[in-house]
Amino acid sequence: MSADALAPLAGPQPDSAGHFGRFGGRFVPEALVAALDELDGAWRTAMADESFRAEFGALLRDYAGTPSLLYEARRFSAKVGARVLLKREDLNHTGAHKVRNVLGQALLTKRMGKTRVIAETGAGQHGVATATAAALFDLECVVYMGQVDTERQALNVARMRMLGATVVPVTNGSRTLKDAMNEAMRDWVANVDETHYLIGTAAGPHPFPAMVRDFVRGIGDEARQQCLDLTGALPDAVTACVGGGSNALGIFHAFVGDQDVRLYGFEAGGEGVATGRHAASITGGSAGVLHGTRTYVLQDADGQTLESHSISAGLDYPGVGPEHAWLHDTGRASYLPVTDDEAMAAFELLCRTEGIIPAIESAHALAGTVALAPKLAAELGREPTIVVNLSGRGDKDVHTAGDYFGILDKEQ
Amino acid sequence: MSRIGVAFDKARADGRALLVGCMPAGFPTVEGSIAAMTAMVEAGVDVIEVEIPYSDPVMDGPVIQKASDIALAGGVRTRDTLRIVEAVAATGAPVVTMTYWNPVERYGVDVFARDLAAAGGTGLITPDLIPDEADEWLAASDAHGLDRTFLVSPSSTDARLAMTVEHCRGFVYATAVMGVTGARARTSDAAPTLVSRVRAVTDLPVGVGLGVGTGAQAGTVAGYADGVIVGSALIRCLLDAPSEAEGLAALRTLSAELAEGVRNPTR
Repeated sequence: MSADALAPLAGPQPDSAGHFGRFGGRFVPEALVAALDELDGAWRTAMADESFRAEFGALLRDYAGTPSLLYEARRFSAKVGARVLLKREDLNHTGAHKVRNVLGQALLTKRMGKTRVIAETGAGQHGVATATAAALFDLECVVYMGQVDTERQALNVARMRMLGATVVPVTNGSRTLKDAMNEAMRDWVANVDETHYLIGTAAGPHPFPAMVRDFVRGIGDEARQQCLDLTGALPDAVTACVGGGSNALGIFHAFVGDQDVRLYGFEAGGEGVATGRHAASITGGSAGVLHGTRTYVLQDADGQTLESHSISAGLDYPGVGPEHAWLHDTGRASYLPVTDDEAMAAFELLCRTEGIIPAIESAHALAGTVALAPKLAAELGREPTIVVNLSGRGDKDVHTAGDYFGILDKEQ
Repeated sequence: MSRIGVAFDKARADGRALLVGCMPAGFPTVEGSIAAMTAMVEAGVDVIEVEIPYSDPVMDGPVIQKASDIALAGGVRTRDTLRIVEAVAATGAPVVTMTYWNPVERYGVDVFARDLAAAGGTGLITPDLIPDEADEWLAASDAHGLDRTFLVSPSSTDARLAMTVEHCRGFVYATAVMGVTGARARTSDAAPTLVSRVRAVTDLPVGVGLGVGTGAQAGTVAGYADGVIVGSALIRCLLDAPSEAEGLAALRTLSAELAEGVRNPTR
């Protein structure tokens, strides 16, 4: 396994202005362009710098605990009818793939000489990861979080504060993730000289989508080699959940050039795309501009952003990274919705067959895999091998899941 | 030359700056916003900037966010904005539209430009559209004879500033501070430098926005800029008033104070 997490890039790249086909780019106030250019330069320089790559690689190994395991889930496989290999990002420090991104961006923040990071967070996972990296690198940290989310994720608010971060509840708009992102952008415009905006997914203005993808692409690089080592072949399919889409791009990227490997992104179908209460931006949205990039967006006839809905706070976002929009348009990856109920059924199945409590986000990838397996088996005429990105662990979701399954004692 | 260009020239000849007053379309209602903008014109505002309310206004501070939310909750549509532009343009004052990009893209860039021109609008101020991404808008504004106002910032490099100004028509919008819209206690120290940097590369008039809320501040900005752009302070007149009539009265008073300010540049 290569310890070099930023080895020369394979696969498709955006143009120099960050366009993935008709998507991506920069739709930002001019005041931010200088900072985005600075970041773009710092990122490209760092990528070419062996000392940066060595430092990042060492952090990923010694601090984050990667490479994460590729685990053959035999009992789950038997239920599903496919050979299911789980990429165990849930075992990383802080409990999800997101630690890879925050370590990369925190290192860049130091290199740029900035002393403060800000972040948006929905469920709080990216906020916790950012607060973690900020503590490690001695950076001031402010996390914007919708007031609705600070109330339903009080434990993560406490975790961030324990790590030394300031959590700012956002009370405007719908008081959820998209409003937290707006508020972080406003902070960044006003404090850009000393502040880096540590965006939590492969979305936002260039260079964020490509940069974040590159910081998390070790997931796929590792999984590809691990699958070859374990099975002697590449998988038939790779699956992941898609909110903003960083975990999916992280695992897809290494396989994009492998034309026989099917790529599936499972979006949050909420109560069903037809109900309008969902977060499936590709399946149920249309092309538009949101948070600095052109991509698929949930919007009304006038281009006003619609509120998204998902049982998974981490997928509850009305946009998606522009590279996914492009992979969808080119047909290289397929995007399908998974409802709350389907995700929770797969959540329970993994708990009961493997003793692994997944994040509800990742349960969307599992549910999609359950539906995919028989179709793929029929098409191939044999048992398919499917690599699933188990992007995070479910500790944070125990209350939501407990409510959903009605297994909490009344007093609690 | 565009109607705004003519107005800037006339103000220059009179030795004063132009006063641009901003109000979100449909705030507090469609009819209420027409009444407010008409009152502003009557009280001495030279140019009306009609902002299309947007769900995610990242360049705007709390006052414009709140007004936009009220307008959207009232059900204002993009086509209502065009009706408001038409009604206010009928007063004779030039009307420029400020909009985040997605509502225009959703409406259809060329169709929007056509309808805006037909409504009597002079052009667009685009806070989250930079010339780098504006090919479609450059073509549509050319086709329909509309002005293009892109923003320049204290953080813009010389090369970006020159490129941005080159794509502007009508006037250039200089953002006085690094930050979002909203009245501030002090006007910016960075703005005079930014305005002189713009003047070094163009003869287009330069409007300065962000942070101006009083007649005295308007006078200070009028001392070095061609246009003084005021939004949040005017909107607050309506937000803070106990009744619509009192809100309009406060709006007239502040508009007149600002109009006095731009006629007495502090040099």
